[in-house]
Amino acid sequence: MSRLRAEGLTLSYDQRVVTENLGVTVPDGSFTVIVGPNACGKSTLLKALARLLGPKAGQVYLDEKAIGSYSSKQVAHRLGMLPQTPIAPNGITVGDLVARGRYAHQSLLRQWSKEDEAVVVEAMEQTSVHELAKRYVGELSGGQRQRVWLAMALAQQTPILLLDEPTTYLDITHQVEVLDLCADLHEQGRTLVAVLHDLNLATRYATHLIAMREGRIVAEGDPGRIVTAEMVEQTFGLKCRVIPDPETGTPLIIPVDRAARRSGVGATLG
Amino acid sequence: MAVTADPPVRTRDRGGRDSLRLTGLLLALVLLGVVVVASLAFGAKFIPFGESWRLWWDNDGSSNAAIIHDLRLPRTMVGLMVGAALGLSGALMQALTLNPLAEPGLLGVNLGAATGVVLAIAFFGITTISGYVWFAFAGAALTSVVVFLLGNTGRSATPDRQILAGIAITTVMGSGIYAILVLRPEVFNKYRFWEVGSLGDVSVSAGWRVAPFVAIGIGLALALGPALNALAMGEETGRALGAHVMRTRLLGMLAVTLLCGGATAVVGPIYFVGLAVPHMTRMFTGPDQRWILLYSMVLAPVLLLLADIIGRVITAPSELQVGIVTAFVGAPVFIVLARRRRLAQL
Repeated sequence: MSRLRAEGLTLSYDQRVVTENLGVTVPDGSFTVIVGPNACGKSTLLKALARLLGPKAGQVYLDEKAIGSYSSKQVAHRLGMLPQTPIAPNGITVGDLVARGRYAHQSLLRQWSKEDEAVVVEAMEQTSVHELAKRYVGELSGGQRQRVWLAMALAQQTPILLLDEPTTYLDITHQVEVLDLCADLHEQGRTLVAVLHDLNLATRYATHLIAMREGRIVAEGDPGRIVTAEMVEQTFGLKCRVIPDPETGTPLIIPVDRAARRSGVGATLG
Repeated sequence: MAVTADPPVRTRDRGGRDSLRLTGLLLALVLLGVVVVASLAFGAKFIPFGESWRLWWDNDGSSNAAIIHDLRLPRTMVGLMVGAALGLSGALMQALTLNPLAEPGLLGVNLGAATGVVLAIAFFGITTISGYVWFAFAGAALTSVVVFLLGNTGRSATPDRQILAGIAITTVMGSGIYAILVLRPEVFNKYRFWEVGSLGDVSVSAGWRVAPFVAIGIGLALALGPALNALAMGEETGRALGAHVMRTRLLGMLAVTLLCGGATAVVGPIYFVGLAVPHMTRMFTGPDQRWILLYSMVLAPVLLLLADIIGRVITAPSELQVGIVTAFVGAPVFIVLARRRRLAQL
């Protein structure tokens, strides 16, 4: 039994079909990470799971009911999603931006309550942005800004949180910082699903890994079990070695040397 | 999820900012009150403020009371309604399109109303403003529907497509109007007075007729504030937060049509108010749509009534139409403000 799963998904943008008949299950309480080469359909899948993209065929199930049968606010009580490029309105302060995460919990006549205040403060403390509360979002650094967006998503108080490439455009320190934060959130009992680009960070943080290529799932499961040189080559078309990460013991992917790749037998590209 | 706020720091300081915004709104209301009384006092004959105020509440049958009750009060009330409607519809358009330069005319509402008026004069022989009203309003409403359907043929009704459709329709109808006006000069003579936008010979009955529609539009607009706030962070983020994108856009465009269509039907097209007021408002309120809408609703009639008063005074005993004055007065103010500090954007 899983709170979020999809069956027989066919997803497309206008005429271009991205995936066909895709099934996926997000294990409850997991930190699921989706990886795959560019344009493999991983962000598209995430959008479908968050009902931001309607499937041409198939269905996404949230708590065993078709996600489309819920109202917008009902979904927003259970499932949060941080898109890749949210827009910060000009001149908005950190506190006001985080407060907008409370939309689904407010009614027209009750726009702000003590509970809203408490949740927003807690979300900002958890992401260490409470000291920035009165600053303008526009003047923050990339890492700070990403933590502010995470705070907004946290203020929504959903048991399931989807993140589309939360570490893009961040330097290594801030990538680790954001993923540490995600790991904390996961440890507190949330189900997390993230699309990530960096394979080594993905294997380090994920409890459940989904590898995609050309709209299909190549492999899924515990990264320690499924990440092998063959699997990486199958997914990314890259020859590599996989060794245990000396720091964590999780799989560490090391591309083989350029010279070896050239002379190597059966170079797999395309 | 209780917070053990060890040091009771109110990180958001909502109280502070919101009470400041509330104070500003109350000040704006006071300003509006002053302008309303001024609108009763000024004109071809100046009636002192105190007396204007007294006569407003106590119609003593004097000639001054007649001036106020028969001429200036209806004009002022219609100005209030039209101003609020234009300010709100402008704020809505800018929020719906995420474009700080959007104005309600982009959906073709003004031209739709104009087409209705021209048809009424040319083919139905209607010459009074209260007679035009339904034609103007129907023209505005029909145009919005056509623009919406045209802009909606693709995957979804994005604001960009709507505006493109609006521009296309506007061009077609504009040509149609000119064709009629060129062929029928007598129609032009009547139409040109409607076309400049005036509170001068406005009829109260016309105002009463559209008032219910404007009231619905005001209610809708104010109710959309929270959803517009969510959508301001992009369509995907807004939906993830629980906002209903299509419903918000549909109701938003409906409200724009009711407000701008209603206002235009009564007084003719008045440009600039819907563009400038929400824009200036953002400098005080920041990007919170709930406050932008409230402020625009109060400040737009201030600008409109001020322009009307100026139009009555500077060329007395004749008068300059408010549609002309808003542009002449508003534009320089707008430029000064824009130069003094970078306008807060959406």
